[in-house]
Amino acid sequence: MYRKLAVVAQARASRKVVVANGAESEPASRKDELLLRQAPHLVLDGLQLAAEAAGGTDAHLYLHAAPGPEILRALAERAGQGLDRLSVTITQAPPRFLAGQETALVNRLGGGPALPTFQPPRVSERGLGGAPTLVQNVETLAHLALIARYGPRWFRAAGTDAEPGTMLTTIYRPRAKTQVREVEIGTPLRALLSDGAEVRAWLVGGYHGTWLPVPDATGVTLDHAALRRYGAAAGAGVLAALPADRCGLTEVARVAGYLAAESAGQCGPCLNGLPRIAAALAELAGPGHRKQTRADLERWAGLVAGRGACNHPDGTVRFVRSALATFAPEIARHARGQCSATNRKPFLPLPQGIPTSEDDWT
Amino acid sequence: MAMTDTLRVNPIDCTGHGVCAELLPELISLDEWGYPLIDPRPVPPALDRDARRAVAACPALALKLSRSEAARPVRNSAGPGGTTPRTPR
Repeated sequence: MYRKLAVVAQARASRKVVVANGAESEPASRKDELLLRQAPHLVLDGLQLAAEAAGGTDAHLYLHAAPGPEILRALAERAGQGLDRLSVTITQAPPRFLAGQETALVNRLGGGPALPTFQPPRVSERGLGGAPTLVQNVETLAHLALIARYGPRWFRAAGTDAEPGTMLTTIYRPRAKTQVREVEIGTPLRALLSDGAEVRAWLVGGYHGTWLPVPDATGVTLDHAALRRYGAAAGAGVLAALPADRCGLTEVARVAGYLAAESAGQCGPCLNGLPRIAAALAELAGPGHRKQTRADLERWAGLVAGRGACNHPDGTVRFVRSALATFAPEIARHARGQCSATNRKPFLPLPQGIPTSEDDWT
Repeated sequence: MAMTDTLRVNPIDCTGHGVCAELLPELISLDEWGYPLIDPRPVPPALDRDARRAVAACPALALKLSRSEAARPVRNSAGPGGTTPRTPR
């Protein structure tokens, strides 16, 4: 947050924009929605504080759905008491995976489609209407508000020395209900994800995240330093333990199909590569596969990574490559025409009805 | 200095004409869908003229020579023409 904030604060401009990003376009994440419902004032406090620090002249709140009664009531309460320096403009994001990307957000706030653009310039240098624009996730702003209230010492009491504080997570486990939890940075993943059921793999971060094999990765903790050793990052805070009765390949192919459909279709490698990657994964998830499919997958992954205007191809490739490594034994099983799953019910959540890339982006 | 210039493509603007790879095969090849794969290293002085020619010849104006990532920003393509989703080939 500091780097972006500093860029906007130091910019010489008569207009500066600060945005609370609550688009939460990651289908498995529920934290932002819950935060906005349960603690709207924290987010709005943080938005005003960030605007103050950055010298903001315009404040925006970007939401994945129509604003709920809690946020509207909080805004009315603040307006009634004259609490805020800046009034807040609310904009609704289209239900697309990429709608929360910073450049897509800026396009949408400007009245255009929520499609990513090529950087540089970064939005912190030239964003909405050309103004330096600070985009922060609603959770980050809530943390800022809490630090302002209780001080840095209080904040540092949780987490690790190198990475203080807490984070919001959305947790999927075999037996338990989906849960949003605030957890300390550095918490062992096992403590969050074990519910007694047999598990074959963990997904960390979300659908741009990383699969970790279980039990190999069971010692990992929820912090940047530990996750990085596995090529993973906490990302949107999605943590999922895939039950052993599900087929990891089927889950991966389903999500990859969604990610391919969610490509904005603007960059050639992503537009052409992601559907082929998804089709190859669907083939691996079926009984037997052609000899060249694995090699095709590796090649296409290499061809799309790093070649998009946004991080969608890179995130998708991280998800796919980690799945190929984690579910290697299952790929071998499928090649022999077998599958270890006994339960065909989908586990990872996806939005209702897979969208097509021709869908509306506004 | 020209020695420190690197080639970059704006992947949204690029429509895969392939002119760049024809004019500068030493640094640019095409992937299996016709989109350029660009040598990320600085353009050697001996190829500087050819690199400029390739940049000038790009029908989509998607290819740029830039001093460094931050020093010389490539313009955003926020216009409706640049953002319309295309159909795969």
